Amino acid sequence: MKFVAVSSCPTGIAHTYMAAEALEQAARAAGHEITVETQGAGGAKAVSASIIADADAVIFAADIGVRDRERFDGKPVVTVSVKHAISSAPDVITQAERAAREAGASVAAAQGAAGGAGEGAAEDSGGSGTAGLSGASESSGASESSGASGAPEPSGSSPATKVTSGAGVGTRIRQWLMTGVSYMIPFVAAGGILIALSFMIGDYEIVETELSSVVEDFNPLSSTSWAALFYHVGSSAFGFLVPILAGFIAFAIADRPGLAPGIVGGALAMSVEAGFLGGIAAGFIGGFLALWISRIPVGKALRGVMPVVVTPLLATAVTGLIMLVLLGGPLSAAADGLEEWLNGLTGANLILLGALLGLMMAFDMGGPVNKVAYTFATTGLAGAATAADSTNLTIMAAVMAAGMTPPLGLALATVVRKRLFTPAERENGRAAWLLGASFITEGAIPFAAADPLRVIPSLMVGSAATGSLVMGIGNTLRAPHGGIWVTGLIGQPVLYVLAIAAGAAVTAACVIVLKSLRRAPDEASPATPATTATASAPATTTGSATASA
Amino acid sequence: MSELITPEFVDLDLDAEDKHAATRRLAELLVAGGRVTDLDGFLADVRAREEQMSTGLPGGIGIPHAKSMHVVTPTLAFGRSPAGVDFGADDGPARLVFLIAAPDGGDSEHLQILAALARRLVSQEFTEALLSAPDAATVAGIVMREVVPS
Repeated sequence: MKFVAVSSCPTGIAHTYMAAEALEQAARAAGHEITVETQGAGGAKAVSASIIADADAVIFAADIGVRDRERFDGKPVVTVSVKHAISSAPDVITQAERAAREAGASVAAAQGAAGGAGEGAAEDSGGSGTAGLSGASESSGASESSGASGAPEPSGSSPATKVTSGAGVGTRIRQWLMTGVSYMIPFVAAGGILIALSFMIGDYEIVETELSSVVEDFNPLSSTSWAALFYHVGSSAFGFLVPILAGFIAFAIADRPGLAPGIVGGALAMSVEAGFLGGIAAGFIGGFLALWISRIPVGKALRGVMPVVVTPLLATAVTGLIMLVLLGGPLSAAADGLEEWLNGLTGANLILLGALLGLMMAFDMGGPVNKVAYTFATTGLAGAATAADSTNLTIMAAVMAAGMTPPLGLALATVVRKRLFTPAERENGRAAWLLGASFITEGAIPFAAADPLRVIPSLMVGSAATGSLVMGIGNTLRAPHGGIWVTGLIGQPVLYVLAIAAGAAVTAACVIVLKSLRRAPDEASPATPATTATASAPATTTGSATASA
Repeated sequence: MSELITPEFVDLDLDAEDKHAATRRLAELLVAGGRVTDLDGFLADVRAREEQMSTGLPGGIGIPHAKSMHVVTPTLAFGRSPAGVDFGADDGPARLVFLIAAPDGGDSEHLQILAALARRLVSQEFTEALLSAPDAATVAGIVMREVVPS
């Protein structure tokens, strides 16, 4: 293969050249050709356009921005820190091989499948790429890429602007989403596992514990204290899911000026209960606002304060307006309407009701539709004063089961067809077993946010299957949450588990089929859809910036 | 053009408690040799660079460096530390410390020699030769022989 690389570092006298040498040696050892442009203090001798055109993949080993990066638009890109290139050059070359093969595969897929494909995927060589992570040295260790198949996604945001000329819309959107998802995953894993632990060692009523009781009366010998601690810490971590997702989507779009509007927009999406889909919208809105504002030509006097003051200020204010007024109001009205409609369904066929609740639970996982279904069930549970009122208990059982299915189904899919998932997703899949078993539906969000058009329908089908099965079997549940940790409160637990397993299998099958349809048939070994995973862990710089939601 | 390194810029028994002390020891050699005009000014520049990202590299190497207005001509000071000095590499302390001093706004001929040096630093043969060199003159000889601008 032929690769092009750019190396750069803050001083431009040492690491730049060490990385270039290391990459050249590693490429040669692996039998590839590589041309490295060293953007050091001595000035760079630019690689020629024809070399770039011939390259199968591009490597950015850069701790500062890559100069004239648009020359490489449309090529599959692997981005690593300059130090990582020095210490692990062979790995970086392997990543580049993968990115190149994957790009080739998706071109083939796009050409082969053409039909319903979106405008983007076809000629842009699909591939991976790093969405806007170049700006800051602290972020450069994380290399994003994607490849999770490109379709036009719903986002409501404007399509390609001038800078996106190189890559198609679908590819770009996918890269932006993947960037957000990759930064969100640690929060899902940490928060989800802590909450699951709290159910494991406490009981389901642990959620009633006040935070103040942890602060004031923590007893290291009491399992309840620990459970309450884990629950509150886990919940706090979950509070960041949507803000981080939104923030880093916006970051990918607009670089650092996008971070504030994105994170704040995500937090507001939480406040108006718009869920992660609202967060994705916030990320795109905040990111594009920041991008547009930062492009407005301004005088020299203002230029210095644009990225740190003016752009974030204006973009954040407008994102807030959109999230609260334009989105929040209608959303809340729609949720109310949905709730009323659902309540009006009393007496409907129970199996259909189960399917409907399943669809709703899986649609937005913590978003407005999910909340309506969940509230419908818990309200019924509260009303079910007597054990005789078993329909309400069955509805509760169906809703919990339908909420457990999505993470379990996806975890299953990552095991059955590893290649369809990025390494980050496969890691997340491991946590998803526990999260699903604990009725923490959020475990599925990273998958859904990265590839909503394929994942969400699959989840809905699987959860609908589980929901209707539970209604048909007539399982009952006397707790509003807890997953397998409240097995003692479930009627006919064995059948209940079978219903969940069946739905999870349906979800896994749907996801695998939908994701496979978009892939080249001959892609056999390469092309795990990512070159992710590298040097440093993501998100070292973000924590403090987030508003509490 | 003056030599990139001479035996007087080599310390084969670099004994320093941390990377700042190690850098200072080597920088003092550069000041004594007339390659750096202001010790503290130069050290501040090196430190600023070091704080952006530590310069420790796998294999026991530390490469503190800076472009600084206090540097007269591109020079390498080399220290070998039997005990090791922590430069922030993942795999442990650095036994070889390369202090690279570059003049601010140096012309490209100057910078090319440093680029060539940097490229040699990833060569294991190069670092192993330096690790086993018996004396300062040998070290300077190895560097001068191996580092040839392309």
